[in-house]
Parts: sequence; C-alpha cells; structure tokens
Amino acid sequence: MAPKQRNAAAAAAAAARSASPAAAPARTPATTTTPIPNTTTTTTTTTTTPVIPASLKANAAGVVGSGSGGAQTWDRIAQNLVAHYTATTPQRTKLLDAFLAFLVAVGGLQFAYCVLAGNYPFNAFLSGFSATVGQFVLTASLRIQTTEANKGDFPAVSPERAFADYVVCSLILHFFCVNFIN
Amino acid sequence: MSADPLHALASAGKGESTRGLLRVIILALIAGASIASRLFSVIRFESIIHEFDPWFNFRATKYLVANGFYNFWDWFDDRTWHPLGRVTGGTLYPGLMVTSGAIYHALRTLTIPVDIRNICVLLAPAFSGLTAIAAYLLTNEMTPSSSAGLLAALFMGIAPGYISRSVAGSYDNEAIAIFLLVFTFYLWIKALKQGSMLWGALCALFYGYMVASWGGYAFITCLLPLHSFVLICMGRYSTRLYVAYTTWYALGTLASMQIPFVGFLPVKTSEHMPALGIFGFLQLLAFLDYVRSAIPSRQFQTFLWLFAGGTFGIGLLGLVIATSAGVIAPWSGRFYSLWDTGYAKIHIPIIASVSEHQPTAWPAFFFDLNMLIWLFPVGVYLCFQQLADEHVFIVVYALFGSYFAGVMVRLMLTLTPVVCVAAAIAVSTLLDTYLSTKSPKPEESQAAEAAEGKKGKSGLKSTSKPVVGIYSIWGRSMMVSALAVYLLLFVLHCTWVTSNAYSSPSVVLASRLPDGSQHIIDDYREAYQWLRQNTREDAKIMSWWDYGYQIGGMADRPTLVDNNTWNNTHIATVGKAMSSSEEVSYPIMRQHEVDYVLVVFGGLLGYSGDDINKFLWMVRIAEGIWPDEVSERSFFTPRGEYRVDGEATETMKNSLMYKMSYYNYNTLFPPGKAVDRVRGVHLPDVGPTLSTMEEAFTSENWIIRIYKVKDLDNLGRDHMSAAAFDRGQKKKKATKKRGPRLLRVE
Repeated sequence: MAPKQRNAAAAAAAAARSASPAAAPARTPATTTTPIPNTTTTTTTTTTTPVIPASLKANAAGVVGSGSGGAQTWDRIAQNLVAHYTATTPQRTKLLDAFLAFLVAVGGLQFAYCVLAGNYPFNAFLSGFSATVGQFVLTASLRIQTTEANKGDFPAVSPERAFADYVVCSLILHFFCVNFIN
Repeated sequence: MSADPLHALASAGKGESTRGLLRVIILALIAGASIASRLFSVIRFESIIHEFDPWFNFRATKYLVANGFYNFWDWFDDRTWHPLGRVTGGTLYPGLMVTSGAIYHALRTLTIPVDIRNICVLLAPAFSGLTAIAAYLLTNEMTPSSSAGLLAALFMGIAPGYISRSVAGSYDNEAIAIFLLVFTFYLWIKALKQGSMLWGALCALFYGYMVASWGGYAFITCLLPLHSFVLICMGRYSTRLYVAYTTWYALGTLASMQIPFVGFLPVKTSEHMPALGIFGFLQLLAFLDYVRSAIPSRQFQTFLWLFAGGTFGIGLLGLVIATSAGVIAPWSGRFYSLWDTGYAKIHIPIIASVSEHQPTAWPAFFFDLNMLIWLFPVGVYLCFQQLADEHVFIVVYALFGSYFAGVMVRLMLTLTPVVCVAAAIAVSTLLDTYLSTKSPKPEESQAAEAAEGKKGKSGLKSTSKPVVGIYSIWGRSMMVSALAVYLLLFVLHCTWVTSNAYSSPSVVLASRLPDGSQHIIDDYREAYQWLRQNTREDAKIMSWWDYGYQIGGMADRPTLVDNNTWNNTHIATVGKAMSSSEEVSYPIMRQHEVDYVLVVFGGLLGYSGDDINKFLWMVRIAEGIWPDEVSERSFFTPRGEYRVDGEATETMKNSLMYKMSYYNYNTLFPPGKAVDRVRGVHLPDVGPTLSTMEEAFTSENWIIRIYKVKDLDNLGRDHMSAAAFDRGQKKKKATKKRGPRLLRVE
C-alpha cells in the first residue's frame, strides 16, 4: 500500500513540479512523515469526542441560541476542523488548497470591484470571474478525485488521469475565457 | 446431430467479437433505415427546402458559404425588416449553418463537388442516423441488455415524433439539435457515472454546440439541474455528482456565452437561474460533506442548521433583490406560456398565433408515438425498480418532458427521445424474459427443496418454493409473436405517418386528379419566380410575416416582416395596413416604401392555410398596438360570426386584405355563382374595388396574388377620386368645394 501511494505521490509531484519548482523539494519528505501524526491525532480526537456531546447537551438543555454557549460550540467546531485538517491532509493537497484560497481571494476581489466600481466591461468581468470560478471548481474536483478517502467513488479515475483531465478542462476553460474577454 | 446448421447459427452469435460485429452491422442498418424513411419528399417531389424557417437557414447558409465565416458573423441584413434591417449574425443560432458549411468545405477538399442545396436538404436525415446511434449509447447506460439499446436506436430512427422535424428538406435547427440533445444527455450520464472531469467537459462542449444550434437548449439547462436536485433530495449526493455537475456548468455556461445571440443571458435571465442555484448549492454541499467527515456528528448538526439556514436565507434574499432591482430579467413570455397556456393568448398574440405553440391535442401523442406511448410508462416503471442515478434521470426527464409536450405541440420533439428509451427498455425486458431458452429442471428444484426441507422442519405447502415462471414453448412463442406483430405494426404506422403527414414540402402542394394521377400545384414558386424576374432588385414586398423568409429565399426581394418576429410593432404595422381601409393603409405603405403586396388566397382551390383564415391574428396583433384604430369586434357580425360573404361587416369588406383577396374573383364565375371553397360560402355579385393599388400577378390557381402599390397621382388627386374618374363617375362634390365667389373690388 505504502510504496504504491508514494509512487502516485511522486508522479503527481513530478507533474506539479513544473508549476512550482521551489515548493517541490521541501514537500517530498513531508509526505513521508505525515502518517505518524495522523494516527496520534485521530486517537486524540476520539478521546475528546465523549466530552463534546456532554457540553452540547448542556447547551441544548439551556437556551439554544444563547450567545456565550453558541460561541463556545463554534470555537469547538472550528478547533476540531483545524485539527482535523492539519492532521489528515497530505502536503500536496494543501498546495491545492492554497491555490483554492488564492482563487477565492481573486474572485472575491473581482466581484468587489464589480460591485463598487461598476461592471462596465461586462465581458471582461464575466470572463475573469468565471475563469476563477471555473478554475476553482476544477481544482476542487481534482482535490476530490485525488483524496484517498474518495477512492471508492471513482473506480475509473486514477490520480494520473485526474490530473490529465484537469489539464484538458483548464485548457478548454481558458480558451473560452480568452475568446470571451473581447 | 440433425440440427447442425441450426447449432452453427446459434453458436455464431455467442462469441463476444461476433456480437460486437453484429451490433455494429445492426446499428448501421438502423441508421440507414432512418435515413431512407425520410426521403419520401425527395422522391415524390424533388430536392427542395421545405416550409418557412428552413428557407431562411438556407439563405443564411448560402451567405456563409459565399462570404466566409467572419462576414457571416457580422452580417447585417438590410433586405429584411425594411427599413430597420436585422443584425442577422448576432440574432441567429449559427450551429446549423456552420455545420453544413463545414460539411460543404470538407467535401470540396475531398474533391466531391456537391451543391450546397443538396447538403442542406439531406442534413436532417444524415443527423437522424447519428441520433439513432446516440439513443443506442444512452440506453446502453441504463440497462446491461444491449438489445434495449438497439431497440431504442430503431425507435428513435423511425418514430414520427422526430421524423416530423427531420425529413429531407426540413432544414431547421431541430434537425441537428435533437441529436445534440440526446448525445449531451448520454455524456452527462457518462460523466455522472464515472465522476470524470473529461466526460463533464465533453458534455459541456456538446452543450455549447446545442446552444449554438437551437433555442431549446434551455431544456437541458433546466433538466440537468433538476436531475441533480432530485438526486440531492434523495440523499444521493456524491462527489461524482459534484465533479460532473460543476465541470459541466462552469464550462458549459462559458461555452454558451460565446454565442452572440445568447450573450449574457445565462447570468441574467431567470430561466438559467436554477442551474446557477444548483451550482452554488453543490459547492455548499461539498463543503458540508468535508466538514461532516471532519467533526463529530452532534457538532455537525448544529453547524449544519446554522450554516445551511443562513446561506439559504441570504441566497433567497439576494435573488429576490436582484430580480426586483432588475439585475436578473424576469421570465420571458414564452416561458410564462409554458406554465399558463392561456397566458400568451391574452398578453402576446404573436406567440399564440404560431400554430406549433398551441397545446397538444391528445390524439397527437398516439399519432406521433403509436405504441411507444403505452410502453413508455412500463419503461419508467422498470427504471423505478432499479433506480440508480441514471434511472432517476430517465424518470425526471419523463415527467418534465411529458408536461412540456402536453403544453406545446412542438415540444413533442423533446419528449420523443425519452419515450424511445423507456419503451426500448420495456420491450427488451419483455423479450429477454420470454426469449431466454433456459428453463430450470423441475427435478433439480425438487431436489433443492428436499435438501432444504431436511434441514428445516415443516412440509408446509406455502413455504415450499414452486418453480415460478413461464417455461412452456407455447406461452413463450405466443408472447414473442404478439410482440413481433406489434413491432411490425409500429413500423407500418411510422411509414404511413411519414409518407402521408410529414413529407409535404408545403411549398409545393400535391393533389390527386380523378383518375388517381398526381397533380402538382406549384403556385408559390410560380409567384416568387415572377417577382424575381419582373420586379426591381430592391422592390419592397409587403406580406404577412409567414411568407417573409420564403420571399427572401426564393424571390430574393426585401421584405417588411418575416418569420423572425423580433419586432412586434413592425408586424403590427403590417397587420394594421392589412386590416384597415385603403385610405388608412395607403399612407402606411408609402411610408414603408412598399412596392408590392403579396397575399395568399385559397378560395379557388380550397387551400385552407390562406391569409383570410389567418386574418384575425393580424387584427389581434394590430389591436395590441393600436387598440383605438383596429378593433377585433368590428370584424365580427352582430351575431358574433366571422363572415366573408354578403353578410360580412363593413369593416371587413373595406379592409385591404379582404379587397385584395376577392378582387376580380367573381369574374371567374357566372354571375351570382361566385363561391369561396375554403369558407364554403357564396360571395356577393359585386366584388370589391381597389383604387390605391393594381393587380400585378395572380398565380395559376389563385393561391398567390400580388398587387402593385400605385405611385402618387400625376395630377395630385387622391386615388379614390382618380379611380372614380377612370371609372367614369362624375365628381359630385366638385362644385361645393369651390367656396363662395368673391367679387373683385380693386
């Protein structure tokens, strides 16, 4: 299992290296080390789970939307999420996530500009905005398809094929965007 | 072995490669059959473009081939909608013309010189062969039995519901759009099943092609989100759905916006909003899915409620604000008429006046689909039994398609594919059940039962499993032969319908003489040819919009209005000119520089699709713009009848349309015997008189009558008095007009 996984990781890394040569060497050792904290944090989360429902029950027994209790649960939820994320996500998926965050930021910026400064070259706005949205969606799809946990959902799609699909779809997307931008 | 050849034959079909070869051969034969059954009109008449809209497509294709793609894209047509013109390149769906242009150039490079007209005539049959193959592929995704796919291909190939729009010469957008529709659905199912971005992208590309070809693309735009929504509601959200849908939407929407006619519509109109909404919804679901895997379920519940409730509220609020602020256009009239069939009749007569926008009469379903219509529910039921994601698609499509086919006649076309697929599943299930040669040996099952009985305890009769099923040769052969008879009858029906109902070019009419021989009535082309040869190159022709495309295509003369109907006011102007008296319509015609007026009159021949029968729509459309000048009521007798004989109302008798239709008509008959064969009434002895125009041409059977609008009178008189003078009538009021005499007192 492990060597195969490493192979796949290496292939994907090789493919991704052209995009970001600086990040690549630092990443390969990181992927090998991830399994160790992975097991430890999952055990910690399982130990903490009995505690949380108790606090939740307390919340539910009291006023549901009361300020301090709500904030407390939100804190818990956010903490759990972050812990889970840092623990279980491989390094190259994190790279994808960084790209996703970048796309969200760019898209948000474009949208804010459109709202504040007007949408005059509407063609340009639309193609720019849909380029970010489309790229976001495609990257998210790539992330989903390359995640280990979703392997069962995609019997026909190997990570290599997912990446090839991703490249083809991105090319189509950007062709349309460039054609539409005027 | 007495049955050696039989065995050989039976074993021949068993190898996988032999089966594959057989399938290919059968599919090729089906494609050939579907092409062949559409050629009736070419054989009976000639290779000619049919009806109305195809004439515009043909003209545009000729323009494309002659002037190249870029000129076509920027084409401003000043020979239609005079004096407005039409930005044709930006207001058409270019898919059809570009397809035939590409075929034309491809054949040219292969040094096969083919006339562009023949490509246009034969495009629809060729694509129907492809549609059959697409139906095969789509059905194969639904069921493992490949016989279902072949049956679906066969049904699709010859179902009259589809043939009605794809006979040779019917060079309309639907000719290629139905193929694209079915193929897009196939790609969608493929993308959904595999969760592959590539299939999703292919689906988006074909969706883009579909958008470029037909306004009915909105059907896909609404159906795919609906399918996704139903899947989500059934708790079947999967990462595959996310990948397939978002890839399709992101790429497909961009692809659709490349077409100038569609432009910004996908982000601005309400018809496209469901797709956008589901797109956003899927992003949320994907995020929630991730969160659910990350945190314990109790926490997730609170998270879900707050998060989902908040987002839904914000989204709904945003949509309402955007719609009320006018950022998103409200639903267009054509779509309102899909929900409320009476809407168009009240608000938009121009939409209601088109016969293919009328609600479907129920016999039409049987006429167009024959036995498929009662096999259709069986197929849907069988889909319910398995109910994987793709079967949900068939169920959703069936419901959606049935509703719309019931609302509008021409949407029968979008229902036909799903009916074919469902019926093929039903028939193939039946055939597979009754044709399987396996039958369990009763001894074996008894032995199994006995073994079970020893293990268990009771010999109760109800617990023992009898051998259930139909295993006698008789029962099977009865069932199979009955089905075969039905299938043969279906083929007969389809051929009959195609040959009798759907193969008339409607430009050329055919009738039978008493001795049974065929008589061709070719008045349309006769008249258009007359226009082409006897009028100036830029003579403006006024006619009702139905004939605009034909005049542009066959006579090559500028027209005032045509079948594009983009400008209701302009059409209403023509309607007003037709329905008013000469004094009112002459200035209108002068203003629009009309040289000739063309009317269609079927009274002599009994041709019911003539202008007098369409006249009320002209009145209604004109009344919509000038309610105080044109009134529909005044065309009806006090008893509410629409009459053209001696009892007709004064408004009717004075209207230009009536005068032009019946001018000189009574001279054909002995006095007092003039009869209108369409309305079946006797006409008054004295026919109408025309003073502002003169008869220029009347075709052989009087179907087309062309009038020349008179120039201003040389002596400055108005036309009424000039005509009266010509008839030898004395001016009555001449003395009165002179006024009192004045005495010169200088």
